[in-house]
Amino acid sequence: MAYVRPARLGEALLALDAGGPGGAPWVIVAGATDHYPARVGRAPVEDVLDVTAIDRLRGITAVDGGWQIGALATWTELVETPLPPIFDGLKAAALAVGGVQIQARGTIVGNVCNASPAADGLPNLLALDAQVELTSRGGARIVPAGDFVIGNRSTARRADELVTGLFVPAPWPGTSARSVFEKLGSRAYLVISIAMVAAFVEIDAGGRIARARIAVGACSEVAQRLPALEAALAGRPAAAATAVLVEPDHLAHLTPIDDVRGSAAYRRDAAVTLVRRALERVLA
Amino acid sequence: MTTAPAPSPGIAFSINGRGVRAHVDPMRRLSDVLRDDLGLTGTKVGCEAGDCGACTIRLNGRQVEACLVPAAQVQGLALETVEHLAAADGTPSDLQAAFLAHGAAQCGICTPGMLMAADTLLAANPDADAAAIRDGIGGVLCRCTGYVKIVEAIAATRDARRAERVNGSAEALANTGRAVGTAVGSRLEKVDGLPRVLGTARYGADHQPEDALTVRAIRSPHARARFVIGDLAPLRSRHPGLVDVFIASDVPGQNRYGIYPTGKDQPALASGIVRHRGEAVLALVGEADALAAIQDAELPITWEPLPAIRGLDEALADSAPTLHKASPGNVLIRGRLATGDVDAVLAGSVATADVEVETTWVEHAYIEPEAGFARRVGDRIELTVSTQAPYMDRDEVALILGIPPGDVRIIPTACGGGFGGKLDLGVHALIAIAAWRTGRPVRAVWTRPESMAASPKRHPSRIRATAGIDADGRLTGYRFHGDFDTGGYASWGPTVANRVPVHAMGPYAFDAVLATTRAVYTNNPPAGAFRGFGVPQASIAHEALMDELAARVGQDPLEFRHANALRAGSTTASGQRLEASAGLRACLEALRPHWIRLRAEAAAHNQAAGEGAPLSGTRRGVGIGAMWYGIGNTALANPSTIEMGVTPDGGVVLFCGAVDIGQGASTVLVQIAADALGVAPSTIELVSGDTDRTADAGKSSASRQTFVSGNAARLAGEDLRRQIQRLAEVGDDAVLTFGSGVITAVEPGGRSTDIELAELPSVPVRDRGAACVLAGRGTFDPETTPLDADGQGVPYQTYAFGAQIADVEVDPELGTVKVRRIVAAHDVGRAINPTQVEGQIHGGIAQGLGFALMEAYVPGRTENLHDYLIPTVGDMPEIECLLIEDPEPSGPYGAKGVGEPALIPTAPAILGAIHDAVGVRITTLPASPDRVRAAILARA
Repeated sequence: MAYVRPARLGEALLALDAGGPGGAPWVIVAGATDHYPARVGRAPVEDVLDVTAIDRLRGITAVDGGWQIGALATWTELVETPLPPIFDGLKAAALAVGGVQIQARGTIVGNVCNASPAADGLPNLLALDAQVELTSRGGARIVPAGDFVIGNRSTARRADELVTGLFVPAPWPGTSARSVFEKLGSRAYLVISIAMVAAFVEIDAGGRIARARIAVGACSEVAQRLPALEAALAGRPAAAATAVLVEPDHLAHLTPIDDVRGSAAYRRDAAVTLVRRALERVLA
Repeated sequence: MTTAPAPSPGIAFSINGRGVRAHVDPMRRLSDVLRDDLGLTGTKVGCEAGDCGACTIRLNGRQVEACLVPAAQVQGLALETVEHLAAADGTPSDLQAAFLAHGAAQCGICTPGMLMAADTLLAANPDADAAAIRDGIGGVLCRCTGYVKIVEAIAATRDARRAERVNGSAEALANTGRAVGTAVGSRLEKVDGLPRVLGTARYGADHQPEDALTVRAIRSPHARARFVIGDLAPLRSRHPGLVDVFIASDVPGQNRYGIYPTGKDQPALASGIVRHRGEAVLALVGEADALAAIQDAELPITWEPLPAIRGLDEALADSAPTLHKASPGNVLIRGRLATGDVDAVLAGSVATADVEVETTWVEHAYIEPEAGFARRVGDRIELTVSTQAPYMDRDEVALILGIPPGDVRIIPTACGGGFGGKLDLGVHALIAIAAWRTGRPVRAVWTRPESMAASPKRHPSRIRATAGIDADGRLTGYRFHGDFDTGGYASWGPTVANRVPVHAMGPYAFDAVLATTRAVYTNNPPAGAFRGFGVPQASIAHEALMDELAARVGQDPLEFRHANALRAGSTTASGQRLEASAGLRACLEALRPHWIRLRAEAAAHNQAAGEGAPLSGTRRGVGIGAMWYGIGNTALANPSTIEMGVTPDGGVVLFCGAVDIGQGASTVLVQIAADALGVAPSTIELVSGDTDRTADAGKSSASRQTFVSGNAARLAGEDLRRQIQRLAEVGDDAVLTFGSGVITAVEPGGRSTDIELAELPSVPVRDRGAACVLAGRGTFDPETTPLDADGQGVPYQTYAFGAQIADVEVDPELGTVKVRRIVAAHDVGRAINPTQVEGQIHGGIAQGLGFALMEAYVPGRTENLHDYLIPTVGDMPEIECLLIEDPEPSGPYGAKGVGEPALIPTAPAILGAIHDAVGVRITTLPASPDRVRAAILARA
């Protein structure tokens, strides 16, 4: 098995284009917090492309029309970066991913690329309407986060592409925007979510909800937005009481499963409560 | 761009201030580089998946898990490990000293990671409050301490540093128990604690002999299957690094082991049929890297999966296949206790209550997976292993190798947690066979998934019980039946089946009891010993019934228990009269003011939250659990022998076969021996566990080491003192001093007598390598009698009693439960070391909380520490310990035991508190959020 750790993006893209020397696609590693746990007691067999030396993938920066989260930005960096309140939900998720050691190593992009149904990042990125930047030798393309993750452990990334960053659009001018995150797990730290909810709202000058984006994670193969609820919220007063609008039907398209963390019925039921609570908090 | 293999510059980085260059595979885990390549074994490995935090180090100022860092990524970076904390001369840092002083290290396997997390936290946030401390160590799991003393030690360090910043000097931590005659009852620091906080204690995986090979077990992916192993020659020729391969027919002795002489049903390597997932069928021996390169698909094993027996009903069905010929119908053993006419008594009761309880597998989840190495020395074999039971290991290995027990030497390593799980053979059989066959040292370190798949669990249980009361609220009769899923092999199943009937009805007086049990074979993981041997499961039933019956007669749950409690003078259901040291009522009385206050606070909270359904807002509730527990084996001989010798140069050595698994046995036994002899504990050199150097003190199980081995240590110390007094012709009040080659005895009047040790003939002790001129010996075996067919007799010489209150907050809409506070009162007879006793209580509560709320092992599904959840620091409640000391006349200085008792009342108290909060009684464990929520919905 081969290992490369290029310092330049171009080198990485060249390698990706050529494919791994072993004939299989490269396995891309950054914080490696999902890489090793999947390989306990197993001898390494894959070709690894380690992207951690590519400096231009670092950082969380304000850019035209929003923010850019580099592929190497860790959860801890996110928490420590001063950012507007629309990032509060994602920051709350950052503090709920593993323990502080994982947060210091794991990247937000890696969380998305790993495509676990229980990834704490994705519902927040859906609520933020984030976009995934994929780069290959042929150029770059932008894919909405909701289209990037296509299934359990499955993404739209081609083998020759690297996710180089995420773009989070700025809220609509003239609105006050913020987000929250609700995570449900069976213990305090180091816990995989049973269900989770991210809620983003833009509130207009008149104190009404200009736009809401709500996403639920761990209740389907891929985290899902709640379009019917979002539509029902638009134009309503931005007050905690508005959360009573939440109906189980708004979550009808979720497809939760029974597993060791909880039953499908429980997930569906708990998700309604989490959505309501998220709205109560984000609208308060 | 670099391509493996790493070109010669290697990976350059700084470790603990020293520059190093590692020539290793770039994707090698940093934890392996540290431990195996750089010899820095202070960093421990518990899971290799970032789940446990044992390998936490500091990388560029941040805590990270070394198991998740590719070696290549530390190029040019600075990292620090536990070895960095102490001064060059070995003086512990203030944080390490605080861990020692507060008893924050029990087994010590999580300690290096915990220290690095805490040290990093305090460096970044010198004023960290309790919440910040929890956040800072939230990524490190501890299975022993319940985190209480860890948080205390960190807070104390913070405070001392703050005081030093303000006043220029740190307050010295009090040292107690170090003076002659004051050891018992003191908070003496752990005698084996310093290496644990320094990171120098050597656990099973830390022993890495230079020329050692590794043995890797190939395990069954099926719960029940026939299998055939084909020609191994192609595998061997394909992998030249493969030194040896062996199968069942190669086992030199008897391919069969097990706890009971009559129940040895478990093979070292399965022969043609496997009975549980994870059973070993084939062993590969060679260099570790060579073994790791062998893919499962290359192994010439043909599996024929058979329908597996997945649970009690399937095992007990008429159509069920028989898993072991000796047990037709799959019932391994039945237990029974009967006194009085329970049917008549229940029929005559004014009220009865019924309960059905179901519990599942609980994994020990010690942070140290099974590990050790074996080496052949001529016709003897030596095993250096992590264990709770060196003498049982010795006898089992002897049978497997077909050699006399005296030719097996077990050298226990520091044990990174046991809780019953290391009472069974772990790596022993295969390392012993491999070393025996190859003549080379052979080591094995189980991975976490392997440990979880192959090691025994707490027995899943299904219990039905009925209890009755008379018009005065006095308990009348108790009927109990419990089935326990013992899995593919017996392990400690018989112990559970025998211990449970004695304890089934709880610590209460009944007129009539019928308690029956069965241990049932299935194709599930073998269930063995786990802190409490089935009693925690049974306690769920009796405490639910106590709550229910108290409610029926309108009595307060605590007062109801108090009125019905066993006490001195009571006769137990097994017909044993309790003469003394039955302090349940004292425990309940100590809890009473807390109970009244917490119940009132909970009621006020709930009133403020408002009534009505559906419940919204959190609800608080307060519950109580009470327990009793017989110390030592059930109605079986359970001796312990300890020797205490004086060497010609005046050294005092305690030859102690009892293993310290973190619970503090070594410290407690040194304290007892010190006071018995009349010396300061620091005078005593400890030889621990080595079967060539100590006598058999029995296993570290059944909460017996303080009581049984404590008595042996006391007798040994007293015997030695008597001999010295006789030689010096002095009385009991003489003060002894052990100098260089001389013992000086000074009488109260000032007369001084010297015993010149060089003039004394040598005396034999079990340790043939030790030259002793004086030796005291103590043997203690609890006075018990066999139980008759109705379970009548004296199963134990003494019992521990205890009760706990849990104060919980339930979120009714999500079904989540937060335990706010536990107040624990335990009658320990005498607290030989209150710090150790509190540590056992804290840790027992943590495991009881996990049992109650989150722990559920699912074979093949939760073989890691992120799907199998144990409590983190953030799950722990505030804990208050109330030590009740109702002295046991037969105990050493009045002591009994507390290891298992601490866990038993926690789950019942929490479940009672949930009921108090939201009106639902959870009897299928764990009370996970989905179960609690479902119960609330079903009630509404």
